[in-house]
Amino acid sequence: MLFDYLPLLVFLVMVAALGVGLTFGIPLLGPRHPSTAKGLPYECGIVPAETARRRFSVTFYLTAMLFIVFDVEAIFLYPWAVLVRSTLHIFGLVEMTIFIALLAVALLYVWRKGALEWD
Amino acid sequence: MSPAATSVLLAVVVTVVKGLLVIIVLLTGFAYLTLIERKVSARIQLRYGPNRVGPFGLIQPAADAVKLLFKEKVAPEGRDRFLYLLAPALAACAALFAFSAIPVNQTICIAGTHGAGPLSARCPGGYPLHWDVANINVGLLFILAITSLGVYSIFLAGWASNSKYSLLGGLRSAAQLISYEMAVSFALIGPVLLAGSLNLETVVNQQHSLWFVFLQPMGFLLYFTGALAETNRLPFDLPEAESELVAGYHTEYSGMRFGLLQMAEFVNVITVCSIATVMFLGGWMGPFFFLPNWLGPLWFGAKVGLLIFVMMWVRWTFPRLRYDRLMQFGWKVLLPLGMANVLLTSVFVALH
Repeated sequence: MLFDYLPLLVFLVMVAALGVGLTFGIPLLGPRHPSTAKGLPYECGIVPAETARRRFSVTFYLTAMLFIVFDVEAIFLYPWAVLVRSTLHIFGLVEMTIFIALLAVALLYVWRKGALEWD
Repeated sequence: MSPAATSVLLAVVVTVVKGLLVIIVLLTGFAYLTLIERKVSARIQLRYGPNRVGPFGLIQPAADAVKLLFKEKVAPEGRDRFLYLLAPALAACAALFAFSAIPVNQTICIAGTHGAGPLSARCPGGYPLHWDVANINVGLLFILAITSLGVYSIFLAGWASNSKYSLLGGLRSAAQLISYEMAVSFALIGPVLLAGSLNLETVVNQQHSLWFVFLQPMGFLLYFTGALAETNRLPFDLPEAESELVAGYHTEYSGMRFGLLQMAEFVNVITVCSIATVMFLGGWMGPFFFLPNWLGPLWFGAKVGLLIFVMMWVRWTFPRLRYDRLMQFGWKVLLPLGMANVLLTSVFVALH
């Protein structure tokens, strides 16, 4: 069982070696002529006015929180989806209909509250 | 050597060979996709596209690679040094790693007889050669989990660069990717319901009489739309909308680090099209069941190529969405449709 996952580990090591090697190794090949102007973050050619670490719209936080609710729902659906055909049949259908209905109500609530609006 | 150690050693050797093949194929695919993308774009706009380096510009990817290799690396002041370097490495690793559970052909039994039953016991007395790096029973969940790691790399790249364009691109991208990921997750539940398995090879084998795209047309459309957004393709390429954000999250990356981010994008395109092929278009199966087995990977490649072409075609057909419309489309259209699709499919499956 666990043996099936051994190839994943081996492949992960290969991929990680490639990614880290390309990130750190290859840039050593190029020339290096650093200068103050070159090091400035790009801002249409002018000297950056202030730091980029600023506050951003609260809607991004809302999106992230809603994502957790609905994505966890989607993940719950997967084990159920595997078993409907073979074992759960009508019982699973009824249970999951109730579950999805509850989340549909949640989505409707969020929608009506205006959490999905961007302005 | 004990039998257990022998089988572990064999598995490692086979995985290294298969892994190298996958990496080579994906990287070559990435290199030529950049060329094909430019060629297709050019043809759609009645231009020639790159045609100077080699016949039909076929050596152009090599020239681009050499240029990327020997570019000076320019890194912005005030960056978060660790995260700035982590982002491209993570992007490339996640993109390549996600491909490991995708089968491109039927398992071939070497020196044994094909059997039925659970995966481990399907090849008594022989060595089952799986045509993916790891044949695991949670394949689809694994792929979804790894591809979502790409969100981290994009957001970290945007945040670590200390540039306002990068930050905005990263923020937009993170919000967009997680929103459309739900649409994708819901859309993929349809085929899972029909197949009753998360193992991708089983899913393909369940489609031997009828591809799931005919049973799940809405699921396929939902998935394809979500996939366009997941890979930052037009009309959903707000994270790097060049008219407003310069280059979005990779504005401050140069040389090979930029190349890695670009590579991750194109490899993700290949991956999402492969998932669509496996889940909806019958994977390696041709339209006729009597075709020889070795044609499988070719059919697989043809279907993936067709989907990628459609993605490029879409790029020059639809204008870019406004950001609020984009998010609302994901939440108010794709998500409810995905839920309805899951419910309808489960009624069909449970009553069947």
